[in-house]
Formats: sequence, C-alpha cells, structure tokens
Amino acid sequence: MNVLLIQSLTGLATASSLFLLAAGLTVIFGVTRVVNFAHGSLFMLGAYGGWTILSALPRTPVWFAAGIVLTGLAVAAIGGLIEVMLLRRIYHAPELLQLLATFGVVLVLQDLTLMIWGPNDLSLSRPPWLRGFATIGGSRMPLYDLWLTAIGPAVLLVLWLLFTRTRWGTLVRAATQDREMVAALGVSQHWLFTSVFALGAFLAGAGGALTLPDASANLQIDLTSIVDAFVVVVVGGLGSLGGAFLASLLIGLLQAFGILLLPQATLALTFVIMAIVLILRPNGLLGRPQADVRQEAETVSLIGPAEPIVRRLGLAVLLAAIVAPLAVGPFLLSVLTEMLIAALFAASLHAIMGPGGMPSFGQAAWFGIGAYAAAFAVKSLALPIGAGLLAGTCAAGLIAVIVGAFLVRLSGVYLAMLTLAFAQIVWAIAFQAVDLTGGDNGILGVWPPAWAASPAAFYWLTLALCVMAILLLRHILQTPFGYGLRAARDSAQRAAAIGLNGPALRLMALALSGAAAGLAGALTAFSKGSVFPTYISIGRSVDALIMVLLGGIQTMSGPIVGALVYTGLFDALLLVTDLWRLVLGLVIIVLVLAFPLGIAGTVQRLSRQGQRA
Amino acid sequence: MTMVRPTPAGPTSAGPAPIGPTPIGPPLARRSLLATALGLLAAPAIVRAQGDAPIRIGEINSYTAIPSFTLPYRNGWQLAVDQVNAAGGVLGRKIEVISRDDAGKPQDAIRLAGELLNEQKVDLLAGAYLSNIGLALSDYALQNKALFVAGEPLTDALVWEKGNRYTYRLRPSTYMQAAMLVEDAAKLNAKRWVTVAPNYEYGQSAVKWFKLLLALKQPDVRFVAEQWPALGKIDAGATVAALAQEKPDAILNVTFGPDLTNFVRQGNTRGLFEGRGVVSILTGEPEYLEPLGDETPDGWIVTGYPVTSVTDPANRAFITAYQARFNELPKMGSVVGAGLIRAIVAGIKQSGSVATEKMADGFANAGFDTPFGKASWRGIDHQGTLGTYVGRTALRDGKGVMVDWRYIDGADALPSDAEVRKLRPA
Repeated sequence: MNVLLIQSLTGLATASSLFLLAAGLTVIFGVTRVVNFAHGSLFMLGAYGGWTILSALPRTPVWFAAGIVLTGLAVAAIGGLIEVMLLRRIYHAPELLQLLATFGVVLVLQDLTLMIWGPNDLSLSRPPWLRGFATIGGSRMPLYDLWLTAIGPAVLLVLWLLFTRTRWGTLVRAATQDREMVAALGVSQHWLFTSVFALGAFLAGAGGALTLPDASANLQIDLTSIVDAFVVVVVGGLGSLGGAFLASLLIGLLQAFGILLLPQATLALTFVIMAIVLILRPNGLLGRPQADVRQEAETVSLIGPAEPIVRRLGLAVLLAAIVAPLAVGPFLLSVLTEMLIAALFAASLHAIMGPGGMPSFGQAAWFGIGAYAAAFAVKSLALPIGAGLLAGTCAAGLIAVIVGAFLVRLSGVYLAMLTLAFAQIVWAIAFQAVDLTGGDNGILGVWPPAWAASPAAFYWLTLALCVMAILLLRHILQTPFGYGLRAARDSAQRAAAIGLNGPALRLMALALSGAAAGLAGALTAFSKGSVFPTYISIGRSVDALIMVLLGGIQTMSGPIVGALVYTGLFDALLLVTDLWRLVLGLVIIVLVLAFPLGIAGTVQRLSRQGQRA
Repeated sequence: MTMVRPTPAGPTSAGPAPIGPTPIGPPLARRSLLATALGLLAAPAIVRAQGDAPIRIGEINSYTAIPSFTLPYRNGWQLAVDQVNAAGGVLGRKIEVISRDDAGKPQDAIRLAGELLNEQKVDLLAGAYLSNIGLALSDYALQNKALFVAGEPLTDALVWEKGNRYTYRLRPSTYMQAAMLVEDAAKLNAKRWVTVAPNYEYGQSAVKWFKLLLALKQPDVRFVAEQWPALGKIDAGATVAALAQEKPDAILNVTFGPDLTNFVRQGNTRGLFEGRGVVSILTGEPEYLEPLGDETPDGWIVTGYPVTSVTDPANRAFITAYQARFNELPKMGSVVGAGLIRAIVAGIKQSGSVATEKMADGFANAGFDTPFGKASWRGIDHQGTLGTYVGRTALRDGKGVMVDWRYIDGADALPSDAEVRKLRPA
C-alpha cells in the first residue's frame, strides 16, 4: 500500500512539472495557433536564467519564489521579443510556417545558451529547506515535490481566473474563437497576441527555473522537454488548459507506475499513451474539433502541370545532375546523393501534407522502416540490393496502410502528433529489440555490391530511382485520384457529397508517401552502409518538415527546392563553422521572413504577379 | 573518359595508388567508368609524396551535440598536437588535425569521413564519442580500407563482436569499466543488488557484464530489480522510489550526466543511498562529478579521474600544461583527447609509414605515454591498454572529489586471450 501511495505522490509531482511545462504551450497555441517549437528552448532559458538569478539571491523560500517569478519575467520579455520581431510578421502565412520560424529560434538559442553559460551542466546548490522530506508510512517524500504537487493546480486556478474573470482574458477568448471579429470590434490583435505569447513564455521560464532543485540546467533540456510538452498539450486537447492538466496527471501517474511494472518501457510509454488517447478521442481528452480556418484562396490554388519555364529549368538541372559525376569528386557526389534522397524524402511528406492536407511529425517512421527492411533483406536474407530497395519500399508502404487506418480519422496537429507517436514507437522498437536490430549500435555492413559501390555508380542509381519516384508521385497527384484527394482536403462535405471517399483517398496517399519515404530510407541504408535508430528519430522527421515548409507547401517543386537548400546549407555549414546552428537558425528565420510561402511558393507568386502586371 | 577536376593534382587515369586508401574492388573492366573516383582516390599518394608535408589526421566528434565532453576533449588533443610538433613531429613530419562536428548523427559522420578522406586527403581517421558513431566510422573504415582510431566510444562491439583490421580504440570499454569495479563491489559482500542504467546499449552491456563478473566472484549474489530510464529523461523520483521498494543491500548505477544529477538529488532526499553500497560507472569523471556539487554522495565506488589529487609526474605535467593553456583543470575528455593523439603518433612511428595497411599492422603493440602513464595497443583486439582510476567519492569543501583511488591498468581488466578470440570473430 505504502509503495502505491509514495508512487502516486511522486507521479503527482511529475504531473505538476509536466503541466507547468505544457501550460504555456497550450495557451499560445489556443490563441495564436502557432505551433511553438521554441517552447522547450524557453524552458531551457528558464533553467539557465533561473540558475544565474537564484545563485545570486539569498537561499530563503521567499527569495526563491521571487527568483522564480523574476526568471519568468525575463523569459517573458524574450518571448515577447520573439513574437514582435518574428512571429507577428508571419501570422498570415500558411499554417505551420510559424513552426519553421520557431525551429530557427531553437537552433539560434542552442548556440547562444552554449556561448553564454558554457558546456557544463549547471546545478543549483540546495539549501536545507529544499532538501527536506516528509516521512509517509516509513518512506521519505521530498517536501519540494509535495510543494510542486500543489503548484500545478494553483497555476491552473490562476490561469482560469485570468481567462474568465478579467477583461484581458475575455478578449483573448474572443480572439481564440474569431480573430477577425475581435479585430473588427477595434481590439488590437497585435497587443493581445504579444501578451499571450509573453504569458506562455513566462510559464515556460518559471517552469524551467522550478526544475532546478531537482535537476541541472543542461543543453539537452530544450529537445527533451519540447516533445513532452507537445504530448501533454495534444493528449489534453489543443488549447485546453484543463485538458493539459488532466493529461499531465494521466502521464505522470502512468509513468510512475509503469516503471514499477515494466521498467524497460520508459522509451515508448508516453507515446503509447498518446496513441491510445488519440485513437479513442481524436481531439484529445478535452479538445474541441478544430474550427475550419478560413483559408486564403491563393494558398490552396490548384497544382497544375509545371509551367514551361519551370519545366525547362527542371530539365536543365536534371541534365546537369546526370553529368555531375564527370565533374565532381566523390565527396561532392556523396553530398549530391544525400540531396537526392532528401528531395525524395521531402516529396514523400509533401504528398500527404500538401495535396493530402495531412501534416506529419513522424515521417521518419517510414524512412526508418525502409532502411531497416532493406538492411534485413540484404544482411539476414542475403538478397541482392534490388530486392533490398524493393523490400524497403514495400515494407514502409504496407505498414503505412496499416497505421494509416488509424491516422485518416484525425486531422491537423492531432494527426501530426499521432504520426509522431507511431514514429516514436517504431524508434523504441528499433532501439530495444537488440537481437533483431542491434539496438542503437545498429546494423553494419549494408554496403552496395561492387557494381554500385563507387560513388558515381551509386549516385546514378540514386538519381534514377529518386527522379523516377518523384515524377511518379507528381504524376499520381495530377490524376483524378490526386484531385479527389485535394477536394477532400478543401471541403470534406462537398467531396463526400459527390461520392468521394475521403478516408480511403487519404489512406492511399499515406501508402504512396510511406513507400516513397521507405525507398529514400533504403537508399540511405546503402549509401551510409549502416542503419541506426537515429534514422527514425524525431530530428529526422523534423528535417522532412523543415524541407517541405522551407520550399513551400503549395507547389510541387517546393519540397525539392527545400530539400536542396536545407541539405546543402547544413552540409556546408557543418564543414565551415562550429556555430552552424546559429547560422542555420538565422538563415531559416531570414528565409521565412523573405519567403512566407516557402521559397518556391513565393517565387511562383511573384512571377505570376509579374505576368499579370 | 575525360573529366573536369577540381584540383590539377594527380594522374587522370591512374589505377589504385601503391599506398593510400585502395578503392574497393570493381573489376578491371569497369575501371573506365570509375576513372573519376579512382583518380581522386589516388590523389593522397601525390600529397604524401611531398616529403615533409604534415601528416593529416581527420578527426570527427560530436562537438555541438555533447559539448560537456567534447570541448575539453578538443583542448586535450590541441595541447597534444602542439607538444608533438614542438618535439619535432613524427617520421620527420609535423602532424595536423582536421576536425569536424558530426552533430551527434552517424549518417553525418559517414559523410564527413568521406570528405576528410577524399577532399582533405587525411592519412587516417580518428575521434567519435557516441558508440553508434564509432561503429559507423569503423565499418566505413573497413569498407574504404582506411585506418580509424576511436577515442571515447565505450561499446565492446567496436573491438570485439564488430571489430575489424582497420579499427583501434583507446578508452577502457564498458566491459573493462565493469571489470575494474567488480573487485571492490564484491568486497561490499552485499547479497541483494538493484541496477539503474540508461536504456540503451551502453547501459545494457554495463549491467550485463557487471552481473556476470560479480556472480563469478560472489556466487550467492542476487539481482532483484532493474530500472531503465530513457537517456536524458529519467523520472528520478519514481525510479528512486521503485529501487527503494526492493530494500536492496547495494546499487549499481550506470546513469551519467543530467540523469545522474536528478537521480542523486532524489536519492539523497529520499535516503536511498543510506546504509547501502553504491557502485557507479564513470561517476568519478570530473564531467559528471562536478555537477553533483555539494550533493556528491559519500563512499560510492566509482571509476573516474581524481584530477585534484593525482601525484604521478606524467599526470601532474599534463595538468600543469593544460591549466597553463586553458586556465581550468582537465577533464576525462581532455585525457582522452591528449592520449588519442599520442597513441596515434606512437602507432605511426612504429609503422614507419602512414600507408593504411602498414598502420593497420604497425599500430599493434606500439607503446605510448598518456597522462595516466604508459599504455599500448593490443595486437589481439586493437584495444588500448589505457586504464582508469577506481576510488570512492567524497565531499570536500562543497565539491565532489575521488578519494582512496588507485590506477588500474587496462591490460589487467581484460579477459584472457582465448576468450577475446571467441569474442572477436574478425
């Protein structure tokens, strides 16, 4: 009994921490619809800033509380700055572009934090009152954790009062429901959004500082916390504070008891919970169905056959690509090979995200399944490379269909997060099924046979397969199937009324997308000679997302342009500077501001405007 | 086949060069198709022929992903490079390190290895922190017939299960770290053990070897529970409570870094460590001990680097030189960085050449000086015999230190040659 009690209290403390982490994110999303990828970075700044501030203050409870608030205010100021300087300029860009901008912020803040605070983990020395414990049934429970258990609900109460009992809160809720109407009534949206963003940043900053008695400030916090934050927000229902609180409780408690029953399950547990919740409740625990966002007509203009100039350009690039091995050395060829694979990977995501309207945060799942299937085929079954590539493509496509059956019922960020949950579960399997996959040590020796082993031969093989696959995807999206897919995206009811089966169309798109990503993964396996769980990591999925958004989601050439730019930039920066994250982040931010429709999207719009003029 | 080349050097239709990396075997009939690749691969021979040009070491590590280890590591190898060059270099040539950041991903490390070999014309590859990156580079080295000298990666597979002719590894492996601790662990005479380890290969093999080796010394030992927190995401309160519930006599800890800080804080407050023996791998390394600060537990049996109290001349000389240049105490990473360069230089010296095949044979049994004293490359499995310190943690002036330590030579922590041959198929 005693164990259950202690584990429950511990779970409640974890839940409180999770809620503090997620509350700010859900507030920001609820009002501004910004998927704030930099929330974890603000949380990390809270931990580091809190370390600096709390180290300088007297070690009494009152000063501790003051230090937490001060840290929150400092991070709120930074959050406000990010909103005013960056996000405010791109609210009218297509959905998810803000995600790209905040990803740039993540990269910049990683390097800035390293520069300011150095590489070592910083831990706050605990005064005796922070080391105290209560003895409950013979077991000790840290007093600070009991305090945390109370802080979560207290913050929930304060936020609830703020949103329901103040004029500001009323306006914010109104803006959440209908931005245009609130603007029409003369309320400055700018100010409202900035204050909401600052509030979210305050919560992140204070939450980060509140971890200091239990944990160090370290450079991994941003990425480990952002995923937890998203999980809580989505399980709770986007924008729902009560939901986020419930989700925190659910996850905190299940985690505390989960490791008692099944200690090995730590890698996938939260994602399994998220997957189950989303399958049972497609809008999270307390979320409402997302209101249809009024779309600008232009952003969803039909994708037709390429214009002549684009065709000629594409043909020229293709010719140059074919003769490239005659002109460049093996290293550049390996970079070009990577770019080609990245283009296919991005195109695979674009197929579901653009015409299909299904954003995915877990595209790396298909990529990784393709890579592992190819590795199994050639290593365990001793099949030739062709069979390996085919196995990768088919395995990914097949599993995409099976998982897709659950995915197609969801939409928007919920769908994206369910794909993430699935990808994380696949990742955990790759990580933990050591006998089968080699765990994180991976599968080695997946090199191509002699005829394809030279950089040039493998490059040509990759070029042929990637170009064919991309053209095939493109072609399929211009068949009646592709148009049906888009119709179902733009107007579900009208599409259903003319007899289109939306879910079935989306399922087919998922299968295609999965197969294409699987081919990209299989090619990567042979090009790198080895397969690791990192192929399925969240970072890999984010890469795909970044490439599609950077290029422009509403054009067919967008993902290709995005893949070339992103891969080229990353590869080049890694060679020339230690501060590649800072530079890459700044470049992404500049590109987002300069090309709010993505590079290809903005160029296309400008050229069309030019023609009209 | 004609070609446009980025650099004028090198014959355009050369076959494999007599020395340097040999491209893997396309049959002669396909040579014309591959002329470009072959021509470029042949180029290192041209560079090398220039007599006194520096020997180039291509170094890859996770500088941005794991800065707490890799930045002191970089200081370490920079110091060693300068010392080697001040002493006249090796084979009459200076050495030069071309360093790359792999961003913590094996796929990027592979691409950069290609860049270093093909563009930078390095003579050998070195580095790596993460085990999977070490393995990826080792497999790349085998495929491309280039030498790879790993510094930090701890996985046993690197020299045993997946070991190959072209790969050497400096640091004591997971097996060795576990073996070094087992003797003191057995002295605890504890019956009920619990383990906590990060949920990935390093944690899994550390626990596996520790259990196996301790049971050999102490047949009545029982391991009653395991906790496997996800790396970097330990739920410390719940983990500590779950371990305490088993009422163990002793605990094996394999967590490190941020996880360790959280684990120790919860364990201290909840009294998990009181009256219990704790054996903890790597915890005595300054990288991981420093963040524990005034919460450093007393009397844990650890491997590490007692940088504040070592007295032997080699170590003191290294610490003095390091402090003079970087104005801080070296960390374990610094020792690995410096040791790596010295071990490579000794290997090159004994090989008498930087031709890959010569080095692959010539490194074997080469002896070298490290900050920790003399060590050598084993011929049987290409493992370095660099050892590490085993001691106990203690709190002095609000800081964690290692006391009662002794240095254990890596050669004394390895299984018998017969067993190694079984473990290393290649």
